[in-house]
Amino acid sequence: MAERMGFFTDTSVCIGCKACEVACKEWNDVPDDGFVFRATSYDNTGSLGADTWRHVAFIEQDGRWLMSSDVCKHCTQAACLDVCPTGALFRTEFDTVVVQPDICNGCGYCVPACPYGVIDRRERDGRAWKCTMCYDRLRGGMEPACAKACPTDSIQFGPLDELRERAEARVERLHADGVLEARLYGESPDDGVGGDGAFFLLLDEPETYGLPPDPVVTTRDLPDMWRWAGGAALTLAGAVAVSFLRVSFPRVPFLQASFLRRR
Amino acid sequence: MAECHPVGYQWVMEARDRGAKVFHIDPHFTRTSATVDRYLPIRAGTDIVLLGALINHVLANELDFREYVLAYTNAATIISARYRDTEDLDGLFSGFDPETRRYDPASWSYEGDEPGEGEPREGGIRHAEAAGSDSYGARGAGASAQPPADPTLRHPRCVYQILKRHFARYTPERVAELCGISEEEFAELAEAITANSGRERTTAWVYSVGWTQHSVGVQYIRAASILQLLLGNMGRPGGGIMALRGHASIQGSTDIPTLFNLLPGYIAMPHALRHDGLDHYLEQEGADTGYWGNRRSYLVSLLKAWWGDAATEDNDFCFGYLPRLTGDHSHYATVMGQIDGTVKGYFVVGENPAVGSANGKAQRLGLANLDWLVVRDLTLVETATFWKDAPELETGELRTEDIGTEVFFMPAASHVEKEGTFTNTQRLLQWREKALDPPGDCRSDLWFYYHLGKLIRQRLGGDRIDRPVMELTWDYPEEGEHREPSAAAVLREINGTGPDGRALSSLRQLKPDGSTTCGCWIYCGVYAGEVNQAARRRPGSEQSWIAPEWGWAWPANRRILYNRASADPDGRPWSERKAYVWWDADKGLWTGLDIPDFDEHMPPDYRPPEGARAEAALAGTDPFIMQSDGKGWLFVPSGLSDGPLPAHYEPHESPVPNTLYGQRANPARRILDRPENPYNPPMSSRFPYVFTTYRLTEHHTAGGMSRPLPYLAELQPAPFCEVSPRLAAEVGLVNGGWATIVTARTAIELRVLVTERVRPLRIAGKVVHQIGVPYHWGYGGGGMVTGDVPNDLMPIVLDPNVFIQESKAGTCDILPGRRPHGRALLDLIERYRHG
Repeated sequence: MAERMGFFTDTSVCIGCKACEVACKEWNDVPDDGFVFRATSYDNTGSLGADTWRHVAFIEQDGRWLMSSDVCKHCTQAACLDVCPTGALFRTEFDTVVVQPDICNGCGYCVPACPYGVIDRRERDGRAWKCTMCYDRLRGGMEPACAKACPTDSIQFGPLDELRERAEARVERLHADGVLEARLYGESPDDGVGGDGAFFLLLDEPETYGLPPDPVVTTRDLPDMWRWAGGAALTLAGAVAVSFLRVSFPRVPFLQASFLRRR
Repeated sequence: MAECHPVGYQWVMEARDRGAKVFHIDPHFTRTSATVDRYLPIRAGTDIVLLGALINHVLANELDFREYVLAYTNAATIISARYRDTEDLDGLFSGFDPETRRYDPASWSYEGDEPGEGEPREGGIRHAEAAGSDSYGARGAGASAQPPADPTLRHPRCVYQILKRHFARYTPERVAELCGISEEEFAELAEAITANSGRERTTAWVYSVGWTQHSVGVQYIRAASILQLLLGNMGRPGGGIMALRGHASIQGSTDIPTLFNLLPGYIAMPHALRHDGLDHYLEQEGADTGYWGNRRSYLVSLLKAWWGDAATEDNDFCFGYLPRLTGDHSHYATVMGQIDGTVKGYFVVGENPAVGSANGKAQRLGLANLDWLVVRDLTLVETATFWKDAPELETGELRTEDIGTEVFFMPAASHVEKEGTFTNTQRLLQWREKALDPPGDCRSDLWFYYHLGKLIRQRLGGDRIDRPVMELTWDYPEEGEHREPSAAAVLREINGTGPDGRALSSLRQLKPDGSTTCGCWIYCGVYAGEVNQAARRRPGSEQSWIAPEWGWAWPANRRILYNRASADPDGRPWSERKAYVWWDADKGLWTGLDIPDFDEHMPPDYRPPEGARAEAALAGTDPFIMQSDGKGWLFVPSGLSDGPLPAHYEPHESPVPNTLYGQRANPARRILDRPENPYNPPMSSRFPYVFTTYRLTEHHTAGGMSRPLPYLAELQPAPFCEVSPRLAAEVGLVNGGWATIVTARTAIELRVLVTERVRPLRIAGKVVHQIGVPYHWGYGGGGMVTGDVPNDLMPIVLDPNVFIQESKAGTCDILPGRRPHGRALLDLIERYRHG
C-alpha cells in the first residue's frame, strides 16, 4: 500500500472563492446542485451531498466572516465502508475511501452510517456519491482538483503524516500570533473515527461550521449490538415459544446506530 | 481583491503571512475584509476625504520622505501667481467657466510657463472635448523641463506650500463626519502607512473600479499618487499603486487600445480640426523633453507598420490616413448618438452593454435604433437578444415589430481556443497556447477582423478615398483549415523591425525617418532576437525574485517603472533592504535586479545641457522619465480637466451636502441631462439611501461568461441586495424575501440578504444606510439564472477626464416586495420623479 494521503484544510487562509467546489465538479463531472437562493450568507449549495463534494461554509459573526471548505473526511474507521453490502465502497491504496458507481446498487445503507452526513444518494440515479479524493488523479500522480485550484493553499494535499506535522506548526504559529481560537479538527488518530484522512484547522467550535464536535464511527458498537440483538432474539424466541405467537425476528437497527451511540 | 482577483490575492495572503499589515477600505464587507488585519467601512464616494486627510497628516507632521520628495517630485516647483486654489474659491480652481462647465488650465502652470493670450494649452477645455487628458495615461503634458523652484520649500507658491494649504481642511474630524471612519480608526491607518514608509520600508495601495467609477474618479488615483510620492513609495520594490483591472488583458486593451482617443502606446488620436499634418500634430501633442520627446519616432514607426512601403517622408508617412476625432466618441456619447439616430452601426465585441453599462434602458433604446449591430460573444448575450426580451417590451416602450436593427451574431472563440498574449496590470505580457480548436463557427477576434478586412478590400476599388484601407499591410501568414492568421506574426509586427527586416530589440532603436517599423512602441523588444519573449516560462525557483525570464514586461522588460527612484540621488540604494537598481561608479553603469529606466551609462550627476531634447533633457536624478521635467507630479500643471489637485466632491447623486466646500459636486463632471437619463435630485428624501454596485467571485462582470455555466450560476443564482438588519427592520425587508430598489431611471426587484456585514454609517450627524448590489444578472442571455438588471438603476454621469460612469455611488429608495410590471412600473417611476 502506498503512503496514506490526505487533505489538510486550513480555514484560516480560506477566502471563500469556491474554486474548490467548481474544480471538483469540473473534474468529477458532478451535476449542478440546483439554483436556489438560500439567503444564508454567500452559501447557495447548502451542504455536502451527492452533487456537492466540496462545500464552502460562510459563517457571519460579529466582525468576523468565517469560511471553510468542507469535504469527505476519509475516516480511518469508515462506517460507510463497513456497512456497504456490495463492496462498492472500498479503501484505496492511498488509504482513502471511494465509492465505485458501477457497483453501487443504491441501497443507501452508507448514508445514515456516516457520522458527518457526507455521503448521499443522488435522486436522479439512486446511487451514493461523495468525494473520491480524485482517485483517478492520484493514480495519475496528480493532486486532487480542489487542492490544485485553491489559490491560497487553504486546501493542502499530501502524505497525512506530513500534513499533521504542518498543521501542528500552523496552529502554534497562529497561537503565537494571538489567534488563540485556532484548533485542529479530525487530526487525532485517537478520536472516534480513528482520525480523519481529511482534517481541518478551525477558528471556532466545530458546531459553528456544522461539524459534529465528537464524531464516532457509527459501527463502533455494532459487535455489541449484534450480541444484544442476538440475546434479544433468543429471549423473544423463548417468549414466543411460551406464548405460541408467530415468530418474528427483530429488525436490527444498525443503520440508525449513530443515534444509539454513547461514549 | 479577494472577491474579484482571488488568484492574485494569494500574494496578499502570502504577504500577511510574512508580517505585512493589510487594511481594507470598502463600503461593504467583502471576502477581502474577512481576511485582512483591519477593515474600515467607508461611505461610497468619499475616498478623497480619507486620502486627503492622510496627505494632510503627512504634511502637517512633516512625515514625508523629504530627501525623496525634494529630489524626485515637483514639491519645490513654483506655480503661476495667477493660480487660485479651492481654498480661495470655495471648492473651485481658477479658470472655471460656468457657462461651458469646463476649466481653462492656463493658471495652473509652472511659473514662467504660462501660455500667452489665445495660445493653446493642454488639458481643460480642448481636452475635455475628447477626453484628451485620457491620453496622459503614461505621459506628462507639456511643461518646462527646468521650472523655477525653491528647494527650501518655503516659497508660498511652491507646490509643497500649496499642498499644505489645500489639504489643511482634510482632518480626521472631517473623515469621521463624511466617510464614517472614526478618528481612532483613522489614526491607526495613518500610523501604519507612515511607519511603514521611508528608506527601509514601503507601502503599496491597491485599487479597482471602486476608485475609478466616480464623477471625480481620476482624482481619486491622483490623491493616492500624491500620498505615495510624499512617502517615497513610487519606483521602489513593495511600493506603488496597483490598479486591478476588470478582467484579463484590460491593460493590453489600453496599451493597444480599444479606446476611441488613443493610438497604440498612448499616442493621442489626431483631431480633425486641430491637426493639419504630421509636423503640426507632433508640435501640439506632448512635450519635447522626457521620453515623449521621441514621439516622432514612435508615431512614424507605427505608420510604417500599418502602411509599409506606402508610407513615405513625402506623404507624411500616411499620417493623413489615420482616423480623426471630432469630439467625444466614447461609449456613452455613442449610445446617445444611437438614440438620436446619428450612429447607425455598432460592433459589440466581448461586451454586454445591455446589462453591463450604466442606464441599461438607454443602452437598449440605442440598440433598438440602429441599422445594424454585430455582436461577437461566446453566448447569446442580452445585447444580441434585446429585440425579443428587453424589459422595455413589457412596459411598451419598445415593440419587437418596430425595431429595425439587423443583428448579426458571430460566435467567438474563447481564450483557450486561440493563441495570443494577455497583458496584466503589471504590464506583463504572457503568451497563451491554444488548448483546443473552437467549436463550429466560433472564431477568434483576430480571424474575424482579418478576414473581414480582406472581404472589405475585395469590395473596394482604386478610389482615393479607399487608399487608407487598400494600402494597409494586411498580409499575415494563415494557418490551418480556417486560415487563422498567425498571432505570433502580429506580435512580431507590434514589436517592429529594423532596416534589415529583423525584429528590433529595444525602443531606443526606433527612428523618426521611416527606417523602422513598430506597431506599439512600448512593446518594442517583446520579439527581441526573433524570439517570442512573452512565451518565456522559466520557473521562479530558477531565477531572481524579479523573475525577468517569466513573460515580458513593457517597456524593455522592466518590472518596476521609474525604478531610478529606488536609489538616492547619488545612485545608492535607499537601504540594503530595499536595494533594487543602483549606480556602479567603478563600472560606470546602472546595475541591480531590474532593467534601469534609462541609458545604463547615464551617471547620477548628469545635468542636461541647454536646449537638450527628449531623455537627454532630463538629469541623472530624474526618475519620472515620461514627464517633461522628470519629476513626480504632486501638482499637475496641465493635462487634467477638473483641477491640478484632488478635491472632495459629493457624488452627483448623494444624500448629504458637501460640508468641505460650497461647491457640492465636481463642477466639470459630464452630465447628460436627457429624457432617457433622468437624475435623482441630490439630498432628496425620495431617494434617501446610498447604493453601490460590485462584483462577486462567483460571476464575471455582466454575467455573459458565468450565468450560462451551471457550476458558477448555482453558486450565486439570483440577483440580490445586501442590507443591514437595521435598514431591514426600518423598511420591512425580510431575509430571503424580495425588495424593489427605485431610482429615477427604473425600479428593479431582487432578493434580500440581511447581513451585519453592511453597517449604517453616521454621516454629517445623520444615519446613512448603504445598500450593496452585485450587478451580474440580466433578463436572458442564455443565462441559467436570470433577473432584473442592477445597472438599469444607474445614471450616466461621467468623470470629465476619461468619461467613466459614476456607478459606485448613487442614491435610491428601497421597498419590500416585488416590483410592479408593465405600465404600472412606469407609473411608479413617474411618481418618484415628480414626488
